Parts: sequence; structure tokens; C-alpha cells
Amino acid sequence: MSDTAAISSPRRRRLSAARQAGIALVVAWAALAAFGPYLAPYRAGDVVNVGVFAPMSAAHPFGTDYLGRDMLSRLLYGARYTVGVAMVATVLACMGGIALGILSAVRKGWTDSVLGRAADALISIPHLMFALVVVAAFGTSLPVLILMAAISYVPGSYRFARALALDINAMDFVEVARARGEKTAYVVWEEILPNMIVPLLTDFGLRFVFVVLLLSGLSFLGLGIQPPNADWGALVRENITGIYEAAPAVLVPAIAIAMLTISITLLIDGFSGRSRTMVR
Amino acid sequence: MALVEVSGLHVTAQGDGGAPSDIVRDIGFSIDRGEVLALIGESGSGKTTIALALLGYARRGCRIAGGTVRIGGEEVTTLSPAELSELRGRRVAYVAQSAAAAFNPSLRLMDQVTEGVRMRGLMPRAAAEAKARDIFRALALPEPDRIGARFPHQVSGGQLQRLMAAMALMTDPELVIFDEPTTALDVTTQVEVLRAFREAVRERHTTAVYVSHDLAVVAQIADRIVVLRDGAMRETGPTARILSEPADSYTKSLLAAAAPRPQQSQQQPSAAAPLLEVHGLTAGYGRIDRQGRLPIPVLRDIGLEIRAGSALGVIGESGSGKSTLARVVAGLLPAAAGTMRLDGVALAPTLEARGLEELRRIQIVFQAADTALNPAHSVERILSRPLAFYHRLSRGEQRRRVRRLLDLVKLPMALLDRLPSELSGGQKQRVNLARALAAEPALILCDEVTSSLDTVVGAAILELLAELRRELGLALMFISHDLATVRAVCDEVMILYAGQMMERGPGGVVMQAPQHPYADLLASSIPELRPGWLDGIDATRLAEARGETARPSPSDRCAFVARCPVRDKPCETEPPPLRRFTKGSDVHCHRTEQELLAQQSSRAGSAVIVPLQRLDRRA
Repeated sequence: MSDTAAISSPRRRRLSAARQAGIALVVAWAALAAFGPYLAPYRAGDVVNVGVFAPMSAAHPFGTDYLGRDMLSRLLYGARYTVGVAMVATVLACMGGIALGILSAVRKGWTDSVLGRAADALISIPHLMFALVVVAAFGTSLPVLILMAAISYVPGSYRFARALALDINAMDFVEVARARGEKTAYVVWEEILPNMIVPLLTDFGLRFVFVVLLLSGLSFLGLGIQPPNADWGALVRENITGIYEAAPAVLVPAIAIAMLTISITLLIDGFSGRSRTMVR
Repeated sequence: MALVEVSGLHVTAQGDGGAPSDIVRDIGFSIDRGEVLALIGESGSGKTTIALALLGYARRGCRIAGGTVRIGGEEVTTLSPAELSELRGRRVAYVAQSAAAAFNPSLRLMDQVTEGVRMRGLMPRAAAEAKARDIFRALALPEPDRIGARFPHQVSGGQLQRLMAAMALMTDPELVIFDEPTTALDVTTQVEVLRAFREAVRERHTTAVYVSHDLAVVAQIADRIVVLRDGAMRETGPTARILSEPADSYTKSLLAAAAPRPQQSQQQPSAAAPLLEVHGLTAGYGRIDRQGRLPIPVLRDIGLEIRAGSALGVIGESGSGKSTLARVVAGLLPAAAGTMRLDGVALAPTLEARGLEELRRIQIVFQAADTALNPAHSVERILSRPLAFYHRLSRGEQRRRVRRLLDLVKLPMALLDRLPSELSGGQKQRVNLARALAAEPALILCDEVTSSLDTVVGAAILELLAELRRELGLALMFISHDLATVRAVCDEVMILYAGQMMERGPGGVVMQAPQHPYADLLASSIPELRPGWLDGIDATRLAEARGETARPSPSDRCAFVARCPVRDKPCETEPPPLRRFTKGSDVHCHRTEQELLAQQSSRAGSAVIVPLQRLDRRA
């Protein structure tokens, strides 16, 4: 009987090359954010060289900035802001979006309508414009930046989570659980959520990239992290005049932002290959 | 000389690991001109792969790795893309399983049917359309002169399937490949489509390859059969020989599974109190309006009884509301009206209002075995949950019970920590059954539990169900579109049509001597495992089968009236009365038992053909 045919089938747990590279890079970035300051050869504020916009050298691998500070150290200190702030903001955004999305999908009715329209309203405001208004109203500080970024990315996450949860909610195994008499909490935690994890991780990565770009953009405008501290976006802005001298000081933070977003995207690609069946 | 010669055909798929795996290997057969060859096998047997190879085509990720395919002496596997296009456009045509997916919804049918010949400049538009109308007529399509002006959604599924065949026949191809062309159709529609295909193929002396999993269908249409399994040929021979004296063990098991033996009905004491009683059940979707009507009614005034330990078969075609009935009884869809009683105690319509004990005693098993199992949970976890939920067993106790359950449904212990995606279709359905059994229910609602499974695997599940009934004294509500399946399991049968109960009664009576005109049509539409069955069907029945898709009646009148050969004046206005017939079945019909019997005997003699008066013509 063909019923027994599948017993000997091996389990396959292979990672694609893109995903392996992505994971390695993301781990590297996280380590950088956590331990960056300890690895830095100088303190972020120290002026170490009389030459401004110095080229790459053994003493200063990424050269120096417009005040003669060591770029490698500035970059390592800045990683904490760029990666850390974006991470906290994305976690907040996704947790809020997922909770509201599942609530919408399971409750349906007016809960869904109200939440849906609220998300529509918020999503209609461009992120950068929203950020500018918030900063203009409340000034710029770490908590304001984090909250602002989180709020502007909640609606997207909400919509994604709601669509996923609606799909899964309509599947037979959820019906079976309901027919068994299970409470909504069980259905959400045990039946729906475990099947959302992979696509949600993908979504998390994508949103993280957007938040990094939003915060970097804000810093580039001078409205993000304030001097003497600087995230990577601010580093680009500080050293923008160095572009005429082809100074590494302006290119290195820009490349770092690009590398960060690309590595996250690689990771997502690896994930979405696995989750294609769940996400349309 | 044979038209088609295939030898040593070998198709491989590029596996995930890079190593190619065989899909079919060592296939060799030939087809003479005017002959119909059937490729038969279960899913994964490679039958479609072989059919596509005749077009010189291999699906994405697959490759024709070896062998020769000659059509009219020309080697197909080595043709250039331009030559292939010529081959597929003129000489070899393909009719796919789902016509609904093969037509462009926004173009008129005539444009699509004639597109191929016009595109190739084979004939001018007027000639092409005239020819299309001839083919429509040959395929017994209604209003052959005007049907071409319609859009795909304006014709029924059976008509669309014939239109697709018309498209294939436009170029007078030497070879037509039918790939499961009637599998997606309801059984009463299938008869007419089959008949039309066969007539068209015979008249034109077309050579054809007919791909199917259904032996009874193949028996009607094929001259020779090739039996396939796991990509290899098991047996080949003339249809009559394969059916009467199969040589291969697999062919024998296919034949056995195609005709399940009727259940030896244990005589239940009819005085036993019913376990489940349903009266006047009405259900559907949408919000109930002021007059108490549903915007989308699905079930209307359904009544049924299931005694402890007995099995009720609910038969109906797609859209008859049979799955909705299961959902209403399970509490997933609250009824709009009607009462349900479990062991004489009123059963609340909603899940929230039902007690744990009531929930436990009714369990449901769904059709799609794979979506009914949470892909993130292991088999052990899936089976443990009802034990913890209903019986509050300790961990150790759960572990012991789960092993007993696996034993009960004949699954090996090795599956305990598998995820559903690592199981075969039959195994998944066994896990679904085991989960329902874990609750120790009194009644299991089986919603098309074998329809998504292959014949042989499905037959094993049916056997298991019968065994569980005997051993555990379970009652079943067994929902299916397939009479043979129901016959194998149930002692009582109820026939639904468009949400209305047409006939209900003891299995033997309803199956062997159906009284209601629809029940009669349904019973006679099921292909029998003997060549020539199709020819024995008279014109009246074909005309009935031609009816449009079943639609719930907007009022209380009979939903079958538009297709009914014996309809009477009151049928169009009055709801039909429920009559108890002498043999013990209840029939919803305006006609009396004598009238129905007289009508049937006239049909059996086929001397008198009852004229079919179409409803719209009379109005």
C-alpha cells in the first residue's frame, strides 16, 4: 500500500547559499552593533589627526572625517544607532501590526473595519513627511525617533499579518480546532501563529530595511541623531563636502548602509523561498 | 501502419538535489489509426507526462531523456520549436482536464474555438465558423448556431468541456489527447460529455489517447488500455480483456477498488432511539432579512435521523449543500431555522452554546486531508490535543493513548514525530480519522473523506471506516458525491439536490430502486465497469443530463423541476409533499409512487420515450 511509501523519505534541511551569506552578514552586523564601541581603536569624539578627509591608511583604515576623527571608530560607534534604533523600532512596529492584524482577522466585523480604516488613513501619509511633522512637533530624541518609525510602519505590518491570518483562519485545521470547542486564544497561539512565523520573519526583515533607510534619511537631513553622536546617515551628511576630494569618509558610511540593507534582503530571499506556499 | 509509435520513452525531472529522477521509464506502445488508447493510473503514475510527451512537450523542470515518439513516421522528440508548433497546431490536439481554466473569460467562445485555424491561416473566418458550428452539432451542444456568441461563464461546465474538444477538433488532427476531460464534472453531466466525445471520435475516425484514473469511464471509450503505476507500464491489452481477466496484480487491485462491495448491513433494531435528529433545517450564508430569508440559501428544510452505530450516506453533486449540512451539524455554521437533537436533547446551533460533552460526541473529518492538519504540528501533538482537551489525560497517559490510536488506524509508530507535510495523502487522512477518534465520539461527520485520495488508498480508508464502525459502534454521516463509495459504507442514504432532500431511505432500496426522478438519473449516470454501458443509455436520460447547473430554488418549489422529465403543473409553484413509499423510502415529489413506477418501467422498456417539455417553452 502506498500509505507506507513516505516513511523512509529523508528530511531535508538545506540552506540556500544566499540565505547562508545573509545569515552570516546579519550576525556580523548585530555583533557590530553590540560590540562596536569596544572594537573601535579610538573614541568616537577624539580628534586624532590634523589632516581632515585623510585617505585610507594603516593607522586609519577608513581615513578621517571633516574634523580629523578616525572614521572606523565613528562607524563602529554609529552602528549602535543605525542597527539598534532600527531594530527596536521594527520590533515595536511588527509586534503592534501582528497583534492588531490577528485581532482583525479573528474578530472580523466592526473591529476589522475600524482597524482597517485607521491603517488606511495612516498609510496614506508618506513616511518621511510623517517623520518631519513628528520631529517638528516633539523635537528629536531617541524615544521620539523610535516611536515615530514604529508607528509609521505599523499599518504595513498590520495589513500583511491580517491577510496571512485571514488565510490561515479559513483553513480546515482551524475549523477542526473550533469544532473541537477550542477558545480563541488557543486557536491564535497554537494553530494560526506558528504558521505565520516564516512569512512574518520575511516581512520583519523587509520592514527593518525600510526603517534603516527612513532613519538614515532623517539623519542625513540633520533631524535624526544629533552631534556629537552620529548614525551612518549622519556620518554621510557630516562628511558630504568630502565628496569633492573623494574622501573615504563620505563613501564608507554610505556603503555600510547599502551593505546592511543588501544583506538583510539576501536573508529574506532565503526565507521567502521556503514560505512561497504561504504568501501569495 | 500504426499512427503513433512510442518506444523506450524516458522522462526525468530535475530534483532538488541536482540528480535527475525518473518520472516515467521504458514506455512503449503503438496506436493504430482510428484507435482509442487509454492511459490509466493513479496520481503520480506518469499518465499525463506520457500524454504530454506525445506533443513533444515536457513540463517545467522535466526533460524527455530518451526513447522515441513517432507520429505518422515523424520523430517528435527531435523537432525544432517551429516544427513542434506546426505539429501541435495541426496534427496533435490536447483537451485538458479543466476547461474552465483553459478558456479566456473575456473572449467569445467562437473566437477562441476558431483562433487556432485563423492564426495559422488554414481557413478564412467564415469557413472556420461554419466548421465550428458543424463540430458543435456533432458534440450535441445546445443551439449550435448561437452558442459561439456566448462567453465562457455563460455555458455550463459540461458544455465548456465539449467546446474545448471542439477547439481541438478544428484542424482535423490525426491524434487527439484527452487528459481526464470528465474528472472535474458531476456524474450526471459526465455521461453526456462522454457520449459526445465518443460519437465525435468514432465519426471522424480520430485516433485518440484518453488519460483517466477511472476504469469505468475508460471502459466506455477505449479500445485498448495501458495500466501505469509509478512511471512504469504494468499491463497493456484490449479493454475487454483487461476488465475481465487482468493479468497484473496491480490491475486486479484497481478493479477491486473501482467496485467496492456493498456493506453487509447489520440489522439495527429500528426501535433504537435516534442519536441525531434533524428537522426542518435551513441554512445558508449572509444575513437573514426581514422575511426570514437568507440571501444565499444552501439548505432548505432538511430532516434526517441517525441511530447509534448506523451510517447515513448523504449523496449530492457539487453545490448540493452536502458539506454545508456537515458544517451545520458540527456547529461551524449556525442554522437559520430548524432543530437538531442529540440523544433526544436539543443541540444548540452555535459552537459557543454547546457543552464540552456535546462537542466531544460529534467530530468532523474533512475532505482535504492536508489542509485539515496544522502543518506546524507533529502527528503526536495533533493526536494529543483532543485527549488533553476532552479527557484531561496526563502526559504519560496521552502518550499511551496516541500509540493506541495510531494502531487503530493502522499507522506505524515511526510517524509520531513527523510533520503532516512528510506524510502521504492516505496517511494524512488516517491521522485525521485518529484525531476524531481520540475524542471517543458517538458520531463522525465524514465530508468526502476519500475524494482527494487515489482509488486504492481510498478503498483502504473505507475498509478502515467499516472496521471502526463494527468495533467501536460509531455512527457515521458519510458525505460523498460518489454512489459506489456510499454503497460500500452506509445502511441509510439521503440524496440532496441543490439544497433540497429528494429521497431518503434504506441504502439497498435507494440504490437499487431509486424512485425520485433525480435519484434515478443519478443512479443511472454512474459508469459501470463494462464496455457498452454508455450505449445502453437512452435519449431521454441524455436529455435530462443536459440540464443546466443545479441552483438552489428561490422558493419552496422543487429545485430539480427544470431538468425533471415527469414534472407536472404543480411542480412549478407548489413545494413537493414528502411521500412514504412502500419499500420504505421517503420521497419529495408531486408524483405518486404508482406514477413514478409507471414512468420508470416505460423507460426500462425504452419503447416509449417520455417527451421532455422544457420549462421555458411552456411558460
